[in-house]
Amino acid sequence: MSQTNGKSGKRRLDYELIHALVPDGARVLDLGCGDGQLLAELIRRKGCTGRGIEIDAQAALACIQRGVPVYHGDMVEGMRFYRDHTFDVVILSQTLQQAADPPLVIQEMLRVGETAIISFPNFGYWRVRLQLFLTGEMPVTPQLPYTWFDTPNVHLCTIADFRRLCQDVGLARLREVFLASPTRRIRGWGVNWRASLAIFQVRHGG
Amino acid sequence: MAIDDEITIEKNSRPGGVHSVGLVETQAWSSDEPLELDCGRRLGPVTQAYETYGALSETRDNAILIFHALSGDAHVAGYHTRDDPKPGWWDIMVGPGKAFDTDRYFIICANVLGGCKGSTGPASHNPETGRPYGLEFPVVTIGDMVKAQKRLVEHLGIARLLAVSGGSMGGMLALDWVVRFPKSVASVLAIATAARHNAQGIAFNEVGRQAIMADPHWQHGEYYGQDPPAAGLAIARMIGHITYLSEEQMRAKFGRRLQERAAFGYDFRTEFQVESYLQYQGTNFVRRFDANSYLYITKAIDYFDLANGHESLVEALRHVQAEFLLVSFSSDWLYPTAESKDIVKALHANGVPTTFMEIDNLYGHDAFLLPNDRLAATVSGFLENVQRHVRETAEKGDAQ
Repeated sequence: MSQTNGKSGKRRLDYELIHALVPDGARVLDLGCGDGQLLAELIRRKGCTGRGIEIDAQAALACIQRGVPVYHGDMVEGMRFYRDHTFDVVILSQTLQQAADPPLVIQEMLRVGETAIISFPNFGYWRVRLQLFLTGEMPVTPQLPYTWFDTPNVHLCTIADFRRLCQDVGLARLREVFLASPTRRIRGWGVNWRASLAIFQVRHGG
Repeated sequence: MAIDDEITIEKNSRPGGVHSVGLVETQAWSSDEPLELDCGRRLGPVTQAYETYGALSETRDNAILIFHALSGDAHVAGYHTRDDPKPGWWDIMVGPGKAFDTDRYFIICANVLGGCKGSTGPASHNPETGRPYGLEFPVVTIGDMVKAQKRLVEHLGIARLLAVSGGSMGGMLALDWVVRFPKSVASVLAIATAARHNAQGIAFNEVGRQAIMADPHWQHGEYYGQDPPAAGLAIARMIGHITYLSEEQMRAKFGRRLQERAAFGYDFRTEFQVESYLQYQGTNFVRRFDANSYLYITKAIDYFDLANGHESLVEALRHVQAEFLLVSFSSDWLYPTAESKDIVKALHANGVPTTFMEIDNLYGHDAFLLPNDRLAATVSGFLENVQRHVRETAEKGDAQ
């Protein structure tokens, strides 16, 4: 899964916001790291130690060309090769909904890392709800660009669902960041309606 | 016009065109100082055949040592004569503008100790008896080969290599090098290899050795000057070739097709294409390889276990200060992907910056020797970044 936005030179706001959540000098693992852009910036701008896992060979090659150490393969398997608490931060950017077993992925993230940063498209976003309500068809939006039969998204959730999961599996929510559109951050009320993308930072205990 | 130009270039400069290192020569370096071997014996004098390509930088920071596999030699790239029909064994990867770019790097490759392509091995003259060593040659290990090549690299005036690299047995040498001399190398490229030779691999090697030793011409290794155990060595090579290919590839390449026959002959002459292929490989190999070297080198591979002498593989890699690139091929069942992943896990446990790439293809273990854009791009991308890191670190050091 490539994570470039297609507009060269322009930084993606969600990457910027994730970037801001990572402390200077942190040890960072990026799951589904794409072409390694986020990791390369964390290494260059924040002096982080960065590692990636990426299943797409072409994207993994792009990481290698950027000088970002990458494991080419499945993220759950790749995490198994790391010992407990190897990282300060483990990032999962817009991929949770594609995982076969999201709680297992989060559990592994918090085994190899102290905190997890997880971003996902919010299925509770008003445009998504409205599309389903008005057309009766599976919603297709910029954040959810797939038709129902060819989507890699097998575990879509809403912000409310994710908060519920945190409660159920005992995760403390350290930070919550919301975007209405790919370029606009929002705060305050009704984020489960207003946000198209959510970024959570979580850790064990809650 | 363009075609004429190309022909002129061929004729006037180097064979193989502008992306070839052109005409090259194997060199030899001998040292009288005995080498302490893992078996406890000392070996000397030791001669090593080697080739180099590209130019060593002023700061001597661009040298890459490539290790060959079981049947390889020092001749990685280029041509030995103007009418040489074949270039070196990894010419697709080594040359100007290629993955191991000789415009950027100084490449070294040496024939391994125990080999038969110019380095001291069982066919070499034994100064104690005045005859070829034969089985008097001590059993050498991957570690012994590495120790010998470390001397050669020092002789060439290089304290720290930019990279050690190799596929198959060559990968084992690269892994052994970084464990044995952790400060002497900035990166490791280990391709289609493993941290230990597995039981299946030992089994195939043993069948090959038994085939050689069962050949009456072998005579306990005392065949020099007489007929060599050609039939035994050919069978050993045929077995080897089976392990280098994948089932899928054999099916695609040969299937059940017959060679030079339209129907079964109901006799024992060669009739399936796959038989003909293996026999060709076997016969061809005998012309260029010494049977005793095959025994010694396969034994060295069998003995290889990077964790040997350490508590675990993780412990063995504890002092590593290099960046790693591990590449495996999906259809390689001789050195399967899982064995590369064992190395990844042990490197991760030591916090070593590690890149792992599995290349999906049909060509089995031999894939690393075949043209592959992904492998080439992976190697060149990795090396460019290692060189950048090394030079940045050196600049920081100078600034302080």
